[in-house]
Amino acid sequence: MSLGDTTMGELRELMARYPQPRSALLPMLHLVQSVEGSVTAEGIETCAELLGLSTAEVSGVATFYTMYKRRPMGRHHVGVCTNTLCAVMGGDAIFERLKDHLDVGNDETTEDGAVTLEHIECNAACDFAPVLTVNWEFMDNQTPESAVDLVDRLRAGETVHSTRGAEITSWREAERVLAGFEDGRADEGPSAGPASLAGLEIAAERGWQAPPLDTDQGTATAAATESPEAAAAEADTGRAEDETVAEESPADVEGGEAEEQS
Amino acid sequence: MADTLTPVLSRGWADERSWTRAAYEERGGYDALRTALDTAPDDLIALVKDAGLRGRGGAGFPTGMKWSFIPQDNPKPKYLVVNADESEPGTCKDIPLMMANPHELIEGVVIASLAIRAEQAFIYVRGEVLHVVRRLRAACREAYEAGYLGEDVLGSGRRVDLVIHAGAGAYICGEETALLDSLEGRRGQPRLRPPFPAVAGLYASPTVINNVESIASVPSIVRGGIDWFGSMGTEKSKGFTLYSLSGHVKRPGQYEAPLGITLRELLELGGGLRDGARLKFWTPGGSSTPILTDEHLDVPLDYEGVGAAGSMLGTKALQVFDQTTSVVRCVLRWTEFYKHESCGKCTPCREGTWWLVQVLQRLDRGEGQAGDIELLLDLCDNILGRSFCALGDGATSPITSAIQYFRDEFEAGMHTPTAELFPPAASTLFGTPQEATR
Repeated sequence: MSLGDTTMGELRELMARYPQPRSALLPMLHLVQSVEGSVTAEGIETCAELLGLSTAEVSGVATFYTMYKRRPMGRHHVGVCTNTLCAVMGGDAIFERLKDHLDVGNDETTEDGAVTLEHIECNAACDFAPVLTVNWEFMDNQTPESAVDLVDRLRAGETVHSTRGAEITSWREAERVLAGFEDGRADEGPSAGPASLAGLEIAAERGWQAPPLDTDQGTATAAATESPEAAAAEADTGRAEDETVAEESPADVEGGEAEEQS
Repeated sequence: MADTLTPVLSRGWADERSWTRAAYEERGGYDALRTALDTAPDDLIALVKDAGLRGRGGAGFPTGMKWSFIPQDNPKPKYLVVNADESEPGTCKDIPLMMANPHELIEGVVIASLAIRAEQAFIYVRGEVLHVVRRLRAACREAYEAGYLGEDVLGSGRRVDLVIHAGAGAYICGEETALLDSLEGRRGQPRLRPPFPAVAGLYASPTVINNVESIASVPSIVRGGIDWFGSMGTEKSKGFTLYSLSGHVKRPGQYEAPLGITLRELLELGGGLRDGARLKFWTPGGSSTPILTDEHLDVPLDYEGVGAAGSMLGTKALQVFDQTTSVVRCVLRWTEFYKHESCGKCTPCREGTWWLVQVLQRLDRGEGQAGDIELLLDLCDNILGRSFCALGDGATSPITSAIQYFRDEFEAGMHTPTAELFPPAASTLFGTPQEATR
């Protein structure tokens, strides 16, 4: 296998989408593994050459992110969420059952090359726990039995649909979409799963709604606003996935010497 | 007094093909963009500031204030980056929003870009959500086709371009400066601040980074106005927001309500906990926010209320666990997550989370040693406030709060495995809850 002219053209197309070409590196690596089946040495060299980077720099990026695979993958990637909420609700039991049923360990591929099994971290579908993914498509509200049935159907080559997405294609085809190329399946599947609509349905039953939007537009009167200091004082000392930890983290004051640890 | 539930962002989620441009326009979509194009950029910033919209990604920093920090006299290009890397354990609001209603986010992107005078915007979406990426790419294409995006937005002469950028699996990229490094094609590691992104962000240029829900809230504020927005929520926590209920509850899901609703109210709406279950502990806003217990059912879920209760509103990810659940097992699993996701840049987090896992694992096995609880607290004390970014801080929250409320369970870890005290099968949704002894 090698990266042909079409792929080279697509890699350059990705680079052209950004103000600075290096921003395309993550999409380029997604494309490499969609073509090659994993992030190969040749793929790393090609990306490095196109972006004017060393292979060490590109390898450093490729090894940082868990979605990049350095070994050949199965046709399908099956992820089992074993982060706390899903694990407690049954994810641990599902993962144990699948390892046993498929006779593989974590991050291993079945002998027929059909399924690579991996336990994954929280995939932002906790209201559908326990959750599985197939090629990063949601399979909601699973049980050990439904999970076994799912992998059996995947191995048999049967048509499988995501519970909240499209018909399952393959891991490589999924990676191509992630890289930045549409596959025409955006209109498949529902708008939302049942849990996503829970509040909306209760509101409809009880006749609740947001106040009506004003017809006269809410024009801004640029009134005197709070000082930045007051705003900062108002903000939570937010942690983790937030957007403004910057303004608050004590690490900003004390963390200077910790820079460049890597 | 607003209704108990106030669907704004979620109002169209049940509509036929709700994710398409046509369906969004049908419910008034892109009207706000036309208004925004007739409004001076500074007035848009003042509108969002005066409305009191606060960041929905966890920290609650005023969104309009953030926009106003962009130095307009800086000759470099300005950038808007939407943080769609939703990965905080328990958090599951932005993903359904983008799947069912991507155009409201894109309309918000265009308006916010006009306000801060950015001609290039990005949506950095985590990679592990294929169908959301599909819907975002399709919506972006449709918005270009309709002239909502591009070199001449609706004939205004204003330019806004948008790139949908998929990440590749790294929780740390939800931290805004790590996200910027990742978007520049590097390992996602946080940056030293100052300089703050508003001054030197993407490509060392002025950059605003906002959460999905924050940006998606902007179009309705433009349409409804300051008073409309403020008619929902509390004095300092204004407006509507998505609460995500999960765990041992009868009806998990998304509940869009004015800020300040309580967990008791939310649980009552959904029929309470599963049969036979009693509330044991819960997170108000993801795993990085200290856990709370049944004492806190009536805490107003706004920035101030949850703060006063000793936790944080965070992402409003309400993970509910009943009496069958081992708190030690949960804390271990969260800690393993932080260890796995620690980027390695700073020592307290990289080494500290590793040691936390070692101690928690032996407590989970019932092989804890005398002094282990003190050791955990000491480790946390050496991580909190001493790490490079907030990931390290967040890693300590579940541990210190769990010891505060459930110290006896950690003590039991000196002699009895958690699986014996709390058989995991009883906690699963396909098992049956047992009346526990405690």
